[in-house]
Amino acid sequence: MFENLQEKLQRAFKNLRGQGTLTEENIGEALREIRLALLESDVNLGVVKHLIEQIQAKALGQEVLTSLSPGEQVVKIVRDELVNILGKDTAKFKFASQPPTVVLMAGLQGSGKTTTSGKLAHWLKAGGHRPMLVSVDVYRPAAREQLKVVAQQVGARIYEGALDSSVQANSATVERLAKEARREAANYGCDVLIVDTAGRLHIDDDLMDEMQSLKKLLNPQEILFVADAMTGQDAVRSADEFHKKLTLTGVVLTKLDGDARGGAALSIRQVTGQPIKFIGVGEKFDALEPFHPDRIVSRLLGMGDIASLLERADEKIDKKKAAEFASKALAGDGFSLEDFREQLRQVRKMGSFSSILGMLPSVGPFAGLQKAKDSFDEKQLVHVEAIIGSMTNKERRHHELINGSRRKRIAKGSGTSVQEVNNLLKQYVQMRKMFKDFGKPSFARRMAGMKLPGR
Amino acid sequence: MLRNLFGKSSEPKPAAPEATAAKLGFFDRMKQAVTRTRENLSERIEAVVSIGKEIDRSTLDELEATLIGADLGTTTTHEILEKLRLRADRRQIKDADELKQLLRAEVLGILQSANQKPPAETEGPEVILMVGVNGTGKTTTVGKLAHLLQGQGKSVVLCAADTFRAAAIDQLLVWGERSGVEVVKTKPGGDPAAVLFDALESAKTKHTDYVLVDTAGRLHNKVGLMAELDKIRRTAGRLVPGAPHEVLLVMDATTGQNGLQQARQFTESAGVTGIVLTKLDGTAKGGVIVAIAREMGLPVRFVGVGEKIGDLLPFDAQAFAESLFS
Repeated sequence: MFENLQEKLQRAFKNLRGQGTLTEENIGEALREIRLALLESDVNLGVVKHLIEQIQAKALGQEVLTSLSPGEQVVKIVRDELVNILGKDTAKFKFASQPPTVVLMAGLQGSGKTTTSGKLAHWLKAGGHRPMLVSVDVYRPAAREQLKVVAQQVGARIYEGALDSSVQANSATVERLAKEARREAANYGCDVLIVDTAGRLHIDDDLMDEMQSLKKLLNPQEILFVADAMTGQDAVRSADEFHKKLTLTGVVLTKLDGDARGGAALSIRQVTGQPIKFIGVGEKFDALEPFHPDRIVSRLLGMGDIASLLERADEKIDKKKAAEFASKALAGDGFSLEDFREQLRQVRKMGSFSSILGMLPSVGPFAGLQKAKDSFDEKQLVHVEAIIGSMTNKERRHHELINGSRRKRIAKGSGTSVQEVNNLLKQYVQMRKMFKDFGKPSFARRMAGMKLPGR
Repeated sequence: MLRNLFGKSSEPKPAAPEATAAKLGFFDRMKQAVTRTRENLSERIEAVVSIGKEIDRSTLDELEATLIGADLGTTTTHEILEKLRLRADRRQIKDADELKQLLRAEVLGILQSANQKPPAETEGPEVILMVGVNGTGKTTTVGKLAHLLQGQGKSVVLCAADTFRAAAIDQLLVWGERSGVEVVKTKPGGDPAAVLFDALESAKTKHTDYVLVDTAGRLHNKVGLMAELDKIRRTAGRLVPGAPHEVLLVMDATTGQNGLQQARQFTESAGVTGIVLTKLDGTAKGGVIVAIAREMGLPVRFVGVGEKIGDLLPFDAQAFAESLFS
């Protein structure tokens, strides 16, 4: 799969040490690698060209530092440049001085406007606001129904309005609904009105006109462009058109819980100049987060995203259970297979194993793990769970009981082979011993006696 | 005839030997790529340039931009241009027009090499599973496909197996109404496999020709959700032999290189047999399907070109290749 950029750069620069400065000649290959990495991440070709020029200009003539390898040095320049484009600070949400604040959600079909509207309402509620939702999507079947369900789920007020089924829904209906909703928001004392609109193509003149008249009518404080993180090269075209017609105030990048590298973020930011205000990271309504430019930069370059991994771990892993496991594992008796299964479940809550491994950088202590990622079979974990599930409670606590005939039974019960059961037991015993050693005072003494490099 | 153009035999060959040959070729090229790391794309194209004088650097930059801009990805773009270079070694390329012509043929070759499944001989209903990430247009595609099949005189039943997304069932009901097709459903949050069971039972007793199954959108890296698809598949297979007969991955034409990952993961969990490329009426070209055809041999079955019920068309590789360069 996609090789880590830093590794490639390292190779590209292997002959560079000892040279005084970065020159056009010795940096050429590195720039090509950067270019490929960005293109594979779906950053727009034009944006990439521009970026490469800037990076080259910054890198040329720089002294080759002794503290960093040239590869690291160039990566640092690239990172700084990307963070620069994306903006260093987390962008703020704008409120009207005179409520209600109006938020207009805009975007292509299927980018996630309705779900994001619900998440935004949830976020506003958590911040002590009283949001009201309204859907002016009179075109897609059941779109208004969808927002209604979403509003119920997040516990936000919704203005439903009435549609005359005998009349073909059109822009006039849309404007009427919007107007009524704003009045209703004021009546109910809601301080934010979130207007969910129909998905539309940026080249659909009629629907883009409708959007413009909605803007004129509502005078919104925020016009958020909702974009799918998986979008490819076309992102610049749609974002540019939406921005030209509506003057966007910010971007929401959705579906970032997938494994797309999200180059669209860079493209959209570059063409609109507007900040990415939120990112969508899951299907639940609390899965809307403020955007941190430095994190997506790591992702774009295929350099791991430790910050997100730690956050994910923090969120998904039951700390009490983890602490219990640690104390058991390090103490005399060691952990049981039951504990082991629980631990496995905790880790799996964080997502697939390969996605977890994928968030680690492929340098330093994690080198090699990235390669394991592609060969790793998620099914193995399922098998392990099944095997432990087919044991009796007693067997889980006392693995030494498990003899040949029990192994056969367990293999049959879990739909695996005796060999797999054997393997699991062997690994379990090894792991248990390893943990126990960690916990022994002698181990701590040995560690203390060791000289740490660099100290 | 087009196949002859590429020097391949026009007889249908078993897929396996061809696939290995393609693989070998790929690894050879990988090796070449490693030994020539200093050569980048533009330089490689320059090898082409030297053949015909009329073709200048900007033409080639333009072609590269065209392919990458259409989301074919760097690997596929490189490979296509590399093939072009090999071909150019053997015969003269006179001008930029001819170069473009060859490029188009190259893309077409990749698309047509994707294996086309013969129409399945089925006993009982033919089951088509619609899968994909969130927001690609699965429900809309089910609605349109029902209309298309009805137009061919087939009987159709829709199965609302997306019990997760708010109002997904209602949305499918509207499509059912539009084409006057029965929709089998359960309450929101219900078990998708259970709805499928009901739909298949109903189709079997009524001798319906097609069951179109709308599933919930899911990101391909979510293990639990992907396992659910596997369960749906197995349920179908238990009730109707050979089902699901088609598993269509619905992909948004705006999708970038992540499309490859989608194709890989959904194929692994759900056994994808073909692709529906939606939202082609926008400005996005959907070129990632070329990369998918190249790597996985997955054919595109239909394209979505609008929001109306008739806006689903059978895929036309020729027209698609043309559109990349228009």
